[in-house]
Amino acid sequence: MNSQPLDFVPASEFKQRAADAVADDHLRKSFRGAMDFLIGKRAAQFPDAAALESQRSLAEHIRKYSLARLPELLEQLERKLTDNGVQVHWAETGEEACAIIVGIAQRHSTKLMVKGKSMVSEEVELNHAMADAGIDALESDMGEYIVQLDGEKPSHIIMPAIHKTKQQIARLFADKVPGAGYTESVDELIGIGRAVLREKFMSAEVGLSGVNFAVAETGTLCLVENEGNGRMCTTVPEVHIAITGIEKVVDKLDHVPPLFGLLTRSATGQAITTYFNMISGPRKPGEKDGPGEMHLVLVDNGRTQAYSDEQLRSTLQCIRCGACMNHCPVYTRIGGHAYGTTYPGPIGEIISPHMLGLNATHVLPTASSLCGACGEVCPVRIPIPELLVRLREEAQHDARPGHAPLRGQGAAKSRLVDAVWSGWAALYTRPALYRAFGWLATRFRALTPPMQGGWTVSRTPMKPAARTLHELMAARRKR
Amino acid sequence: MSARDNILRRLRAAPQGEAPLAPDVSAFYAAVNASAPPSTRASRIELFCEKMAFWRGEVVRVRRANWPQELRQICVEKGVRSLLHGEASVHAEALKAAGIAGLKPYDRPLGEWKKELFEDTDAGFTSTRGGIAETGTLIVWPDASEPRLMSLVPPIHFALLDADQLHDTLFDAMHAQRWSDGMPTNALLVSGPSKTADIQVTLAYGAHGPKELVVLLLVNGEEMQ
Repeated sequence: MNSQPLDFVPASEFKQRAADAVADDHLRKSFRGAMDFLIGKRAAQFPDAAALESQRSLAEHIRKYSLARLPELLEQLERKLTDNGVQVHWAETGEEACAIIVGIAQRHSTKLMVKGKSMVSEEVELNHAMADAGIDALESDMGEYIVQLDGEKPSHIIMPAIHKTKQQIARLFADKVPGAGYTESVDELIGIGRAVLREKFMSAEVGLSGVNFAVAETGTLCLVENEGNGRMCTTVPEVHIAITGIEKVVDKLDHVPPLFGLLTRSATGQAITTYFNMISGPRKPGEKDGPGEMHLVLVDNGRTQAYSDEQLRSTLQCIRCGACMNHCPVYTRIGGHAYGTTYPGPIGEIISPHMLGLNATHVLPTASSLCGACGEVCPVRIPIPELLVRLREEAQHDARPGHAPLRGQGAAKSRLVDAVWSGWAALYTRPALYRAFGWLATRFRALTPPMQGGWTVSRTPMKPAARTLHELMAARRKR
Repeated sequence: MSARDNILRRLRAAPQGEAPLAPDVSAFYAAVNASAPPSTRASRIELFCEKMAFWRGEVVRVRRANWPQELRQICVEKGVRSLLHGEASVHAEALKAAGIAGLKPYDRPLGEWKKELFEDTDAGFTSTRGGIAETGTLIVWPDASEPRLMSLVPPIHFALLDADQLHDTLFDAMHAQRWSDGMPTNALLVSGPSKTADIQVTLAYGAHGPKELVVLLLVNGEEMQ
């Protein structure tokens, strides 16, 4: 399964894909329905606005505090985990992370690796690397399993198969799962997935998972889930590998409840998930199950770039609840695939430039009306709209004095845009020139071209008024 | 330079404003608790039952004197042919004495009987370390006697919860039980049977884990209802 690399369309083609998505009525209906559902469920969890604000303040404080102490917390986490018998690895890039995981799998002559939900493993394209090494990497979260079976990528970080109808999934299972008949009953479809995946949990040599919170104090990895596949992946195979971004660490166990409570309520409007799985090490002598060997892979992949700037650092406060995308008017209309990146929606627009460089992603921060909904619902108060504006600026200009250039700094610089702005500046700083321009533009307004590039694609052409405002005001004073 | 050194070096080179003070999570929860009516044993039991029912967990109130007989009765009603239990658990003798049919101790390493566990075990019985009223949650700490998969693989999970061990919140439970002194290899919070809404946001139970969760809540005689 998944031996074909899933070629992801480059983000530079974002505008075309967005236009296609907007024209797809069925897709828009799926997303509108699902997002309205999630928005309603979240709102029901926070009936008291003042209480929500105090929870957000605490969560923001915890995340900012953790980031301020990040290097020492990472070292403490490594020390604790090592004491608990876990092997800790560090990877600067996605390729390094994949090489580490492939290496561990090969040492155990792995044929099959079962995966619990992990966005970081998607981010580093782990499934490609495993396929290249001849190892099957099977997604076991129901949504991820469905998406992988169809050779696709997730369209939402919490609900990966949200773009599919049950009829499409029924057809997919009937076509691709040996022995499965066509059924549109959701219970039966889940039953088919359960049966297939139980076989795989039993035979897999390696289980992979992500991490929601890593607690430095006790060396504990926390996983949040409803299905139980995460518990299967971290318990049944002989080897468990956890992969996570370096920003996920918190100082104390005490810091987990406030973040966990906001995560599930913001994500799916649940007060808690079915399982909260806290893993602090491989099985001890005498324990009869659990992995005999456990690894943690800490991934940078551009996170240190965001960390190096005090404003951009707040990007790393994210706890991956997905509320920003659920509430984003752009995401709701174009869906997750149009972005072409692992993380879609507002959080994707601010994190992807650090992972992939502004060359490939400079258009993403422009996929926003700056309405502010993402910033308003973010449980850890990431100022997403401000970061979008900042990244737009970095894409158009050289680095600010005293700041190191971002990867792909100035990638969206355009001579035409620069010339237009210089012209504008010249006009607006020279009164005589400004008046002359105003006179010409109003007197010769009939010559305004009817086609005005992107503006006239869906709008009527702009045309100067018959007289400038200055002239109108002067005429009024004379009267 | 290793990847580790490079990452830590870049983090340490980053400009740091004024370091934020450590967040006072205890004060936050103290303030929340102070603004609500004080909880009582009765209110905790009631809230736990309501929330657990919301997650589709069944709660059966039982007494210390005869809970194994109650369990035996439920097993008969549900048609349970084999019940997995901890080999050296404190409850093993009580289960045997109640005459529950098909008792199966988890007495071997997983590798020796994976297939039987997955395919031929109807239910699992575990103890719990306590519960959380606010969210309807069980605290399960697997160990050598009650391994991790007992609460995950069999289609039905029976869990014994002592009402004395009900806490208001996760934070309260963590503190009362002093978790930060040392965590086990695996600790779990369980709120209802396994579920998913990944197909068209439609809720389905028994995604990968148990399809049913039955909580045997140990209460006093007058709390039996």
